[in-house]
Amino acid sequence: MATETLTLGKALNLGLRRALEQDPKVIIMGEDVGKLGGVFRITDGLQKDFGENRIIDTPLAESGIIGTAIGLAIRGYRPICEIQFDGFVYPAYDQIVSQVAKMHYRSQGKVKLPIVIRIPFGGGIGAVEHHSESPEAYFSHTAGLKVVSCASPQDAYAMIQQAVTSDDPIVFLEPKRRYYEKGPVEIDAPLADAYPLHATRLVRAGRDATVLAYGPMVRTALDAATAAEEDGRDLEVFDLRSLSPLDLRPVYDSVRRTGRCVVVHEAPGNLGLGAELAARITEECFYSLEAPVLRVTGYDTPYPAARVEEEYLPNLDRVLDGVDRTFGW
Amino acid sequence: MARGDGGATTRGKRAAPRTQKRGTTGTGDPNLVQLLTPEGERIDSATGPDGTEYRVDFTDEEYRGLYRDLVLVRKLDAEATALQRQGELGIWASLLGQEAAQVGSGRALRTQDMAFPTYREHGVLYCRGIDPIMPLGLFRGVDQGGWDPNEFKFNMYTIVIGAQTLHATGYAMGITMDGRIGGDEGEAVIAYFGDGATSQGDVNEAFVWAGVFNSPIVFFCQNNQYAISEPLERQTRVPLYQRAAGFGFPGVRVDGNDVLASYAVTRHALDNARNGQGPTLIEAYTYRMGAHTTTDDPTRYRIASEVEAWRAKDPLARVKAFLEKQQIGDESFFAEIDEQAKQEALHLRERVLAMPDPQPSTIFDHVYAHGSPLVDAEREQAARYLESFEGSAH
Ligand SMILES: Cc1ncc(C[n+]2csc(CCOP(=O)(O)OP(=O)(O)O)c2C)c(N)n1
Repeated sequence: MATETLTLGKALNLGLRRALEQDPKVIIMGEDVGKLGGVFRITDGLQKDFGENRIIDTPLAESGIIGTAIGLAIRGYRPICEIQFDGFVYPAYDQIVSQVAKMHYRSQGKVKLPIVIRIPFGGGIGAVEHHSESPEAYFSHTAGLKVVSCASPQDAYAMIQQAVTSDDPIVFLEPKRRYYEKGPVEIDAPLADAYPLHATRLVRAGRDATVLAYGPMVRTALDAATAAEEDGRDLEVFDLRSLSPLDLRPVYDSVRRTGRCVVVHEAPGNLGLGAELAARITEECFYSLEAPVLRVTGYDTPYPAARVEEEYLPNLDRVLDGVDRTFGW
Repeated sequence: MARGDGGATTRGKRAAPRTQKRGTTGTGDPNLVQLLTPEGERIDSATGPDGTEYRVDFTDEEYRGLYRDLVLVRKLDAEATALQRQGELGIWASLLGQEAAQVGSGRALRTQDMAFPTYREHGVLYCRGIDPIMPLGLFRGVDQGGWDPNEFKFNMYTIVIGAQTLHATGYAMGITMDGRIGGDEGEAVIAYFGDGATSQGDVNEAFVWAGVFNSPIVFFCQNNQYAISEPLERQTRVPLYQRAAGFGFPGVRVDGNDVLASYAVTRHALDNARNGQGPTLIEAYTYRMGAHTTTDDPTRYRIASEVEAWRAKDPLARVKAFLEKQQIGDESFFAEIDEQAKQEALHLRERVLAMPDPQPSTIFDHVYAHGSPLVDAEREQAARYLESFEGSAH
């Protein structure tokens, strides 16, 4: 089986290409996705090969992108919408939470909206305001939407294809600061054999504490786990992958063994995903816990100026600090 | 200068009539108001699509002042681009090619008028008297824009496309409510946005509101032909200025590379607004000569010959040609301006290099006007955490 080393961005590009080849109803729409290949070049070369009717440069209107995708989906198409940056999804927020999320329910299952909403999210790239947001909690809070995030090139390649074949609308969060990180990708493995889209994945086995992360923080959590070895601590790391629905059975098993859990995300802590995870883990694993479930997150402030984002974002040291705190309990 | 304040410079001796030919109407096209041709020929007056006649009457000193503005704005912009290339700014949105639209409209504002910019209005910012270092903090990543919008009557830069048009409209509604309409002392608002922005719901809602409430606002669209990679045809199938009709107010297309016409059209629209005649949409027809921002690669989506065709319409060259022809600017004048621009750019560079990174604690400043126990606790926790590294190997 062919394994290639690809960046996460290139893996997404290849995954999109496969999805377009597999089903003529798949279309990509967004700002600058055509000739330019997207501002991050994730759709690079696709318009050249699939034409302007399938790779559509849309007017500069996010509500329009999602709203028309709904109509196209009702008509039998499978739109993949690119939102250029996380901070620009809000003009489309109403269409996503009021319309995309609810049509299946309102129509008692008669209207399916197989729409994928791709959003490069998170910080760490030194951008100006509105370019480094973590909007996952807004979408995860909305019933009817599924929310996933890839963290490795392999997952990026498979998950984007799985998302496109799903009949549910999916918010697909791409860790933009990891676009250029490389990893192995099995490019001709059948999609049916791929790791399930909504399953949490164990990415590092360990005995002493459980660390949960997703998207851009998976790499950070793994680095922290390596660093923690020096302190004689063996961390188990999970990549959640699916933020809604959550798949916590493997996590519960892990926490029952380790007795300690640290949740890491870039988004602000207040009412973030970590709160949900801590609550659920506490409910399920209360008698096994040696310490409360701890969170290491961004602060509850707007995303700050680029030159202090290193202080804002959880980094390896802050994850290790969280680990120290759980052991210090 | 037509009248009142906002002039490019101090008043000088009234210039001799500069008219090339009486009754010349430029392109002769009411769909493109022009008062100075690319060759530097002065046009006496130009008529807009609704029959409005536009003219300007500047002194020699004022013509020279406008030229000085254009050169300075271009030079400072070039310096910022260079600073970005050297890694001193995270990104830069250059105004190259759009100087006339910005200086023309910026100088047309009266002191009491309020402007709502995007992220590219460095020329308008300059005309408002704001230190050109100000936007560089945002692009360097040390702050999110540092000037006081109320003091300078120039709002913060807005990055989310189109959002500011609604803020501008609301501000204009407030002017009406405050009874500040009428006469030279009346207030007006100008909202800047690009051609791409006209596709946004917000911009169309702003048009609806401004029309319905007959608000004292000028919508100033710099049509630089592209929204990142997407050409104008991806946003509209009618000329943008014609959109105004559907919202019930006049629209006019001006040669955005012509500082005189940009000035005349904007001043007229602002005065209409301040006198209770409601909104105007101005489409400044221009071209973005550089990349969208320093992260963009325009060779992917546009051809060199197009850029060259626009280079021939350069907004600075035509004013220079005019000054030379009329003998109101000589070698030493141009050399003096170039030297001044060079010095200001150098000064800007020095100050950018000296801009310190913010203290980590600033993350927690100004989240709320009245504070928040949650943020306060996080501030303390972060400080303790950072202190824990002191003297350690980290
Ligand atoms: C709501 C929103 N969507 C997308 C973007 C990303 N973006 C930044 S500038 C730009 C193009 C803007 O084009 P235009 O309105 O013509 O203004 P110009 O930059 O050409 O002056 C885009 C798509 C954004 N800033 N805001």
